Parts: sequence; structure tokens; C-alpha cells
Amino acid sequence: MSKPTAPEYSDIQALARFGHGRLKAARFLLLIIRDAKQAGEWIQSVPVSSAEWTESPSQTALQIALSAEGLRAIGLSDEVVEGFSEAFISGMSADSNRSRRLGDIGENAPDKWQWGGSVTTVPHLLLMLYAKNGQLSAWSETVMDQRFGQAFTVIADLDTVDSNSIEPFGFADGISQPAIDWERKQSTDLHRRDRFSNLLSLGELLLGYPNEYGQYTERPLIDPASDQQAELLPVAEEHPNLHDLGRNGSYLVMRQLHQDVPAFWRYIDQQVQGDPQEREQLASRMVGRQRDGTPLVGPAEQPVEGINTTGNAAALNQFDFDNDPLGQQCPIGSHIRRSNPRTGDFPPGVTGLLTRFVRIFGFGRKHPADDLIASTRFHRLLRRGRVYGEQLSQEVALKPKTKKGQRGLHFICLVASISRQFEFVQNAWSMGSKFGGVQNENDPLLGNRAPLSDGESTNHFSQPDAKGPAHCIHAMPQFVTVQGGAYFFMPGIRALRYITSFTESRGGPKS
Amino acid sequence: MTPQSTFMIVANIAEGQLEPLRAQLESMNSEPGVLNRHTALFPFSRFDRLHVARFLILETVVTEDAVFNLPEAPPRLVFLGDCDGPEDTFIAEMAVLAAPQLRSLFSHCESFIAPHESLVNWLQKHNIQPAANYINWLGRTVKQVHEEERLQQTLSMQLRLIVDEVGRDDPRELRQQLLSFVEREKAAGRLTLTPSAPTPIVWWLKNLLHKLGVPLILLLISPLLLLFSPYLIYRLRSLEKRDPESVARPPRTHIQPLAMLEDHDVTNPFTAFGEVKPQHFRRYAVRFFLWLLDYSSRHVYNRGHLTRVQTIHFARWVMMDDNRRLLFASNYDGSLESYMDDFINKVAWGLNLVFSNGAGYPSTRWLIKRGAEQEQKFKHFLRRRQLPTQVWYKAYPGKTAFDLARNSRIREGVEVRQESDDEIRQWLAEIQV
Repeated sequence: MSKPTAPEYSDIQALARFGHGRLKAARFLLLIIRDAKQAGEWIQSVPVSSAEWTESPSQTALQIALSAEGLRAIGLSDEVVEGFSEAFISGMSADSNRSRRLGDIGENAPDKWQWGGSVTTVPHLLLMLYAKNGQLSAWSETVMDQRFGQAFTVIADLDTVDSNSIEPFGFADGISQPAIDWERKQSTDLHRRDRFSNLLSLGELLLGYPNEYGQYTERPLIDPASDQQAELLPVAEEHPNLHDLGRNGSYLVMRQLHQDVPAFWRYIDQQVQGDPQEREQLASRMVGRQRDGTPLVGPAEQPVEGINTTGNAAALNQFDFDNDPLGQQCPIGSHIRRSNPRTGDFPPGVTGLLTRFVRIFGFGRKHPADDLIASTRFHRLLRRGRVYGEQLSQEVALKPKTKKGQRGLHFICLVASISRQFEFVQNAWSMGSKFGGVQNENDPLLGNRAPLSDGESTNHFSQPDAKGPAHCIHAMPQFVTVQGGAYFFMPGIRALRYITSFTESRGGPKS
Repeated sequence: MTPQSTFMIVANIAEGQLEPLRAQLESMNSEPGVLNRHTALFPFSRFDRLHVARFLILETVVTEDAVFNLPEAPPRLVFLGDCDGPEDTFIAEMAVLAAPQLRSLFSHCESFIAPHESLVNWLQKHNIQPAANYINWLGRTVKQVHEEERLQQTLSMQLRLIVDEVGRDDPRELRQQLLSFVEREKAAGRLTLTPSAPTPIVWWLKNLLHKLGVPLILLLISPLLLLFSPYLIYRLRSLEKRDPESVARPPRTHIQPLAMLEDHDVTNPFTAFGEVKPQHFRRYAVRFFLWLLDYSSRHVYNRGHLTRVQTIHFARWVMMDDNRRLLFASNYDGSLESYMDDFINKVAWGLNLVFSNGAGYPSTRWLIKRGAEQEQKFKHFLRRRQLPTQVWYKAYPGKTAFDLARNSRIREGVEVRQESDDEIRQWLAEIQV
């Protein structure tokens, strides 16, 4: 096999590489394809932003992702769609087992969603529009032309607000993101990098490249002998005779997460009997960071690969939990520790061959919950969400008259494996009521507080204390409610061309 | 110490009885995957020695699998479980306390006995021993689990009151108050902590013989193994190079009925059934490694973890059909995805030793390398061989293996006084407030 080369940025949608942070205005449209031919032509006519770096960045951006239904509606054969992953094909809401695993039960149940929760409201296409502040409506008008109107029905038009990287509860957000090894310089040998690293193999983000296991994730590979259009696609790296529909594309997970900001601050306020300092402290314990993003643990002893070692990024993100195994500084169950536990393949303390052997055979545990949490590098998400709704300050949120309101996060993440990355994090880490040895509690922010099968409640949050007994709070209400969600595939740019090529050859709208 | 044991009753399902039996089994659930604990069809909760149990229909579901060579086996009804104390007395107990239910279920099977014949003899005759068996914590009885759960709950509530009253600063004071509280509760009959029963002497002797005997046998045959090792290595490598894989994603019609049953409790049952590769080498290899696995779980891994994996309550590997097929049944905490990830990231080498002898397994190198490390292939392989568990019982829903171990540590702290303040603090930290 030839030496790995850097990817063709011009074939990758920009969102995989950039968060469009400078384009403060964004709008997400969830669409049903009404006329496949028009939809295909419209997609081909719009300027999909690529990941190529330019001197003068654009004032606007546009990204497109399709669901499995969308791929079928636009003319892709079932056989090709079957090449995508099981989770993508089934969709986020169609299967009760998946809903159980994701915590989408009770108030979060798909039948209560505003979109995506039933067969008729599963979107076909996600259109993401970005622009400089004040330019979004003009950009929308340019893009959403007459043909757009004929091609699609809008099932949800999701506005966002520029929140200055502060999420609605009031905490700095988006600090911890995995870095991607774009140049493919690091080894993809499974055993070469067993410390916690923030630098992920390209195959954890894009299909068509080796992932953290050194493997290619399954995806549709098409034989040009049976499908001429396949020539439009890049060649599959590990199968030179086949063309790769997945290459340079990512799965995109979207969830509309409503955040009940007044309930959050009122609950905390009530727990601390109105003491402002303790209020901040408890809230920061639940999140795992102070409001400005300062972590609750000190810097890592050995710098974590893939995180800057100087400047603000270092202060906010250059840490792991190796020196806080019991969660006495940052509670085990806190939001950031659940979302990114920063564990390596082995627990801390593996220094040589002997300690490694001792650990491989399961011995040498230093405390009971040692080695419970999975290795983090296999379960990372690249987040691209945006905040929506009018933002409340803590003071306003605490006023008795303040209403729940419509605000929260349009959560978006990009992954190469929906089940191993997004679903695993959501299920085992965020919703896991036994995560890392905690007793019957789920994520203090995201948790659905659903009782266990023996009726035990999970509405607790415990903060271990070096003095002995942990500080626990109880009867915590649900603060975040899922109100919509779907799995999409954000294709590479040539793949998008391929996907829309069927409507030309077949002509006419698909019924 | 009361040792745990295991039973597995297997019988061929009679012609035409498969669907009625399936319906009868499924009617024991309140919804798919959730046992109705008051079902009249089997009185699970009457057996206070029973940890976990399942009824399942053993079928060769993946007959479309290209690497399977054996003729299709008749469908079988399997009733397996793990209990405290010897399994023969437990089977006898079931034959008495659940006679009508067992007769009704097994009446769907071939050559079942007439009403006047002995049920217990029939059950014993159809009981199969596993080639390897894993018990998360040897000696922890169901009764103990329940008592310790109750202890943890009362202590937790009491500690909350005490902390409100005297604060957290003095660990010795907190412990003193908790211990006197336990004494008061015990005296009032609200709390019981039954002492461990004496270890049965015959079991103890047998166990000791096994503990010493297996290494002795290994030592004796080691020259032989060494002598033949060049051939064995040559044979292994040549097989590894040409053994076919069968690792395509199973069809949705296979996955959906399985997924429907999963993730109702923090623990899930897992059952998989597959063929062993046809060569003699493979059939001996799998038994050899299972023998070692059985030894290590009996004598080494009987305190809360199987190598690095801490989420398995009970597991068994059973050779069936003249050692040509292998059944694997386990009870694990978390979702199947995280179970498989645990496998792959923590014990790929161990899985490879045993399962690489299974037909279609992702290709290995030198017996322990690659194989399960090919994450997606391995997950498909395993899913493809998985069978639905029609009925599943666990005596302590909502509790993980880690929960049980923690409750035991809490109990230990009640009975054995910690020396240092640090140890007391650690003990207090485990009692949630």
C-alpha cells in the first residue's frame, strides 16, 4: 500500500474541519424531498463549502447532509444504502431498543418530538446555512430559490443565536474537541498509542480512512463495472477496484436539546439555600468546570497529545483525571467527566512491561472503581452544535416569574461510527446510571432521571469528599429534554455529486 | 463459604412443538425482554438460592452462514441457571416446588416422561456440565446480596442523618454511630447479616485437588507439548492463513428481535451458539483453552473480575454436539455495544484464544493477535451467532456486579474494623449519603 497522504480537502465538507466560528449566524433547515429531480438539481446548483483553506474566508457557508430516507428518496438504490451502518439506516427514533439506550424515553420519547420522531417527520435532508451576523437572511434568500421551493417541504426551520460560546445554562462551551490527525502522521497500530490522546485518527471522523483500530469503517463501496456513475467517486483506499461513496464523508448526529434554564438554577439555588457562592460551586461541580471553563482539576502531569501546551487552550483543556481517581476534585458523575473521561487504554500507573502484564491480567487495581471506564479514544465526538432561543442570565433565570421558554442546543456531532462513538457516549457515559461506579445517577445536565428496573431512582448527584461521606443531592428534576433528532450522512463533495446523479438519468420525480 | 454451581437442562423439542413452546415461553414476559416476576408459568422468586436463570430455544439460526458445515441440529429447549450450593439438590428442589411448571414446559420435548415417572431423574439426566464456568464472586449468595443491599440502604439513610447532626470531620465518630445503629437495627430484627456458612468439606477437598492437579497435569504434559510445538505452531499458522471468515453484518431481521429484548435492566443476558472449526486441531485447541479458562476462573478470577472485565455476573462455555458446537451464555452489565467494546479493548487476546477456534471468526495471528481487534468484524461475528433469550431472570434487578461488590465492602466494614482514619473515610465514601 502506498504511503498515506493528506486528504483532498476540496472533497470534504468544510464543517468537518471548521466550525464556522466566524460566521456567527446559522440556520438549520430540515427538509423532505418532494421532487427528487428538482432536489438533485438544486443540490448541484448550490455552493457546498469545502474544507480547503483560503486566504479570504467566505462570508457565507452551506453544508448538506442526508438521512437514509433522504438517500433513498433522491434515488439511491436500497443495495447502496445498505452499505451504510446499521444505526444510520435504522435511524435515531425508529427502534425502541435504540430509544432505551439513548435515554429517549419518558419526556424524551420520540413520540413527543417536534421533528424526527415518527416515520412522517424523519427529515430527508439537513441544510445548514451560515453567514456573518446580519447577512443570514440575504444568504437564505439567495439559496432558497424557486427550485428549492419546488424540491422540498420544510418540516423544521431551526434558528440559532450567537451565544459567544456560552451554552444556555451559562457555561463556556466547546472547549474540549478532539484534534484530528489530518496529515495522517501518527500510527494507526492499535497498540502503539495506549495513553489518553486527544489526537484522533482521521478515520474516527471521516469514512474511508483507518480509524483508531487501524481499520476501515464499513461503508458503501461501488463497483464501477455495475454502475458507471461510480466513476464520479474517489477510489477506496483498501479496495483499489471499488469506488468509495463514504470517503471524505461523516455521519452527522443532530438532536434538539431543550434546556430548562430556570429549573436548573432554581434547583441549585434551593439546594444551597440561596448562597450565591455555593450556588456557583455546586453548578460547577455538576458541569466539571467553572462557568468560564476553568477545569476543577490541575494540569496533566505529562502533556496530553493533541491539546495545545500554551495559552488559553492549555489552561482550559490540558488536563486529565489521573490524579483525581475518586472524583474528589471533579466528581466522577460530572458532565465533562462523563462526556470525555480522558482515560487511556490502561489505567494510570502502567510504566513498563511488568506493570502492563499485571494490568492485562486484571490485577494491580488501586481502588475499587479503577479500570471501569472504557478507553476514551474510541468514543469521541466532534461537536458542531449551535445554541438557540433567547439566552437568560442566572439572575433572570432565578426570578420566580421567569418562564421555561424555548431555548437550548441544536446538538450536532460528526462521527465515523454512530454506534461506537455517539451512541456509546450517550448510553454508557451520559445516561449510564452506573458510570465509573457511581450509584444510580445519570448526567447531572443531560440525564432523563428514569428509574431503574427495580424502581430505584436515578435523580441523584454525588460529590465525593476526601473527608469521607460524599455530598449528595437528590430529587433532581430533568433539565434537558430531547425534542427532535435524526442521523444524517454528510457526504464528501464528489459523493454528493454522485448521489444527485441518479435523478438526471432516471428523470422525473420519484413517487 | 457457600460455593455456587450451575445447571443446564437441555432437551430436543418434539416435532410441531416449537411454536407452541415459544409462545408459552414468551407469555412469561410482561413485555418482550421483561420477565413478569409473578408469572404462574415458573415460580422463579420462590427459589432463594437462584441468582440468574434463563429459558431459551437453541436453534441454529445462522444456517445461511457460509462457514457452517454441520447438518442442522434439532431445536432444543435449554433451561440454565446459577445457584448457591450444589446443583443436584437445587434441581431436586425445583422438581418438587415447580413440578407442574417444569412438566408443562418440558412436555414440548421429545421422550418426555409420563406423569408417574420421576421428574428429578429426568432433569438430572438432561443436565449438561459446561467446559468452562465463570462466577463473578465465589461464595456470594443471593441471600447475602439481598441482606447487603438492605444494609447499604439503611446505612445510607442513617449516615445522612448523622452527617446533618455532627458534620463530616470525625470519621471515627461517624463510624461509631453507624455501627451502634447497625447493632440496634439487628437487635430490633430489622436488619440481618447472616454469617457465612462453613465451606462443605467435600467441595473444599475437590477444589484443592483441582487447584493442584491441573498445574501438575500441565507440568507432566509440558515436555510433550514442547516436543510437538514446532508442528503445532506450523499447523496453527497454516490454519490461520486459510481459515475462512464470516463477518458480514447480520441482516436486520436477525438484529431486531434481539435488540427488542435488550437493555431493560442494567444487566443483559447474552447467548451465542456457533460451530467449532472442523479440524481436529481446532477441536482440541478450544477444549484445551476452555480447560485453562475454567481453571483460572475457579482459582484466580473469582473475586469480581475476569482479567480486566468487571461487568460479568456469570458466564459459561458449553461444548455440545460431540464437541462440534460451542454455546456461550453470560450475564453482563451495560449494553451489548459496551460489552463488546470491553471485550475488544481489554481482553481481545483472551477472546481470540477460545473463539478463534469458532467457524468464521475474524482472522487471528499467533492465536492472540488481530481477531477481535478488528472491531467491526468481531461485532458482526458475535451478533450473527447470538440467539434471543426468551425468558431471563435475575434475582437482583437494577444491580450491577460492581454494586454487589461495593455492598460487600460496606458489610465488611461493619464486621471488620478499619485501622486507619483513611480506611474509615474510604468506607464512609462508599455509603452514599
